[in-house]
Amino acid sequence: MNNLWGNSLSSFWSIWIIVITLGTIVFCWWILFANRRTDKEPTAEGEVETTGHSADGIDEYDNPLPRWWFMLFVGTIIFSVGYLLLYPGLGNFQGVLGWSQENQWEEEVAYAQEQYAPIFAKYSEVPVPELAQDGEAMRVAERIYLNNCAVCHGSNAQGGYGFPNLTDDAWLYGGEPENIITTLNNGRNGLMPAWQQLGEANLQNVTNYVLSLSGEEHDADSASQGAAIFASACAACHGPEGKGNQGIGGPDLTDDVWLYRQPGQDTYAAVLETLRNGRNGHMPAQAAYIGEDKVHLVAAYVYSLSN
Amino acid sequence: MSTAFEHPTYNYKVVRQFAIMTVVWGIVGMGLGVFIAAQLVWPELNFGLPWTSFGRLRPLHTNAVIFAFGGSALMATSYYIVQRTCQTRLISDKLAAFTFWGWQLVIVLAAITLPLGLTTSKEYAELEWPIDILITVVWVAYAIVFLGTIYKRKTSHIYVANWFYAAFILTVAVLHVVNSAEVPVSAMKSYSAYAGAIDAMAQWWYGHNAVGFFLTAGFLGMMYYFVPKQAERPVYSYRLSIVHFWALITTYMWAGPHHLHYTALPDWAQSLGMIMSIILLAPSWGGMINGMMTLSGAWHKLRTDPTLRFLVVALSFYGMSTFEGPMMAVKTVNALSHYTDWTIGHVHSGALGWVAMITIGSLYHLIPRLFGGTEMYSVKLIAVHFWLSTIGTVLYITSMWVNGILQGLMWRAVNADGTLMYTFVEALEASHPGYIVRWIGGCFFAFGMLLMAYNVYMTTKSIAREQEPVLQTA
Repeated sequence: MNNLWGNSLSSFWSIWIIVITLGTIVFCWWILFANRRTDKEPTAEGEVETTGHSADGIDEYDNPLPRWWFMLFVGTIIFSVGYLLLYPGLGNFQGVLGWSQENQWEEEVAYAQEQYAPIFAKYSEVPVPELAQDGEAMRVAERIYLNNCAVCHGSNAQGGYGFPNLTDDAWLYGGEPENIITTLNNGRNGLMPAWQQLGEANLQNVTNYVLSLSGEEHDADSASQGAAIFASACAACHGPEGKGNQGIGGPDLTDDVWLYRQPGQDTYAAVLETLRNGRNGHMPAQAAYIGEDKVHLVAAYVYSLSN
Repeated sequence: MSTAFEHPTYNYKVVRQFAIMTVVWGIVGMGLGVFIAAQLVWPELNFGLPWTSFGRLRPLHTNAVIFAFGGSALMATSYYIVQRTCQTRLISDKLAAFTFWGWQLVIVLAAITLPLGLTTSKEYAELEWPIDILITVVWVAYAIVFLGTIYKRKTSHIYVANWFYAAFILTVAVLHVVNSAEVPVSAMKSYSAYAGAIDAMAQWWYGHNAVGFFLTAGFLGMMYYFVPKQAERPVYSYRLSIVHFWALITTYMWAGPHHLHYTALPDWAQSLGMIMSIILLAPSWGGMINGMMTLSGAWHKLRTDPTLRFLVVALSFYGMSTFEGPMMAVKTVNALSHYTDWTIGHVHSGALGWVAMITIGSLYHLIPRLFGGTEMYSVKLIAVHFWLSTIGTVLYITSMWVNGILQGLMWRAVNADGTLMYTFVEALEASHPGYIVRWIGGCFFAFGMLLMAYNVYMTTKSIAREQEPVLQTA
């Protein structure tokens, strides 16, 4: 019988809760029964008298409590006492059913594991490129994608401001199956430092240089002055030619993909803003949420979007 | 208002001020409600501006309807009823005037700070700490005027309406002070004194009792005066009023945790919130029965008196939502209904069907008397207003029932492989028609308030005109 009593509360608070809970219920019972009868019974014709006091011309009949209402009240009190015997409620008393919301959750999760885990275990044995061709598997994967990934990457997987497009060929951390699986399982943190300390003139020069890498419209003089700063400050992550580095998630600056360009925003302004203030991209780790087997399936779905 | 009738004994001026502002704030608050309902249908109406976004206007809507419209209605009627049933003038005209201007200032400050994004982020307690202090001061003044008048009464008995008003005033004071305990960090920013699950519990202890005492006990006080007055019948049962009053105020205090089912709140607290909500059913219905049965022998009056119709239909909605509430507090029902539009529908069956309609009915009785007449300018317009309100409420709550159950079922539906059958966006798309119907319902209700404003204006004007010849010969 030990497990009938938990120990989440100190005995003082446990007793306090029990006393005021039962006190409230007993008070309701008492006020109901103490007023069960009126002072004067209704006459045979069903006439009742008023109480005799009148307020601004309003009298009050001394009618007895309606029977069905009385029974309803009694019924809810009996139900509640029964509930408190079966379920946790009276302080540390856990209820005879031994129910708790954690238990209920664990049981539901265990049931789901038993029912559904084998389906995903089977998929996890199929190599990603092959799985990406399996229409049935991709329909399941799409549903997982829509409920877990679409909130950032979009229902059409084309991303948005700050969220990578998954349907193109530009990959921050690589687009091979093993890269995608690593990204999904462990998440990613993309940190672009702020370069405010370079001064506004230098920031503009580097911006022009960055634009020149992808052939965007730029000021050539300014760009040539930015080249030296790029080589010393930026090349470590973005590479000497600005082609990026997938090992550490350094974006390729020579293509026309701009992760942090708002719709309608001028590329120059977007790059300058990134240089000045830095960026902090975060892809949350999914293994803890959906498990590695489902990650494998979703990786195949992501792979299928561009292959 | 200069031609307003002065009662020889009672202070009607403050009642008149609050009564008129009830209509004004009703239009503002419900108009805002219609606007934010439209934003949910047509998101472009957020205009891309922070000050006009749903997130800032929604708390302005709730504060305007609960505290501006509801609060003014409660103060108007409580000041009127306490004077008439105690046969005593308010103990202090100056303090009463302070409660009027103080309360209006609170509302104006809310209308400025909430769109600016200054908020504590506690639902129905969003106002920042300097305004919280002002509310406390005004509320203490209100309690002194009301309870002091009862203390000085010339009658032996305290009428039942005053029990409910007194419970509402005392409890709201405690709720406000405890839940708004906060640490100021700047002129307009503070942090709650509580943390984590305890903060959530304090918030919903406050939140549900704002419903229980502000929107229920207070308005039951209103019902206990205006229903027997308008029906010209004695109250059905004094016994019933004793039992349901004490049981209602005792059990309402416990109901808050039903807002936190299946959360970090301990199991025992969730269970107590649930069972006390179930016990609350009978005490809540006690008020409905006492109001409804007061009409026995006077049912025929409903055919000709739309004011009485407002009061009776309000009681029906009250009965319906106080059945729905305990049902939704049951964990298994709550697992479906929680976080869906069903909750919004439930709130509005109480807010529109009960609170607003009992207020409107009471004001139609009260306003001509405050200005020295006996009847509103147009009974026909009251009848039209009645149908607008009723249809508006029904459209609102049925659309939210449908949306809520739809959302609850779509969110939990799973495929044979255990994946969720619908995405959140799909449930949102499925809710769109319901949002349109809800908006139409809101338009009906708000339009009714405009008719009321016209009717009130014409009433004061025609009474003033009747009084004019007397003034000229004098």
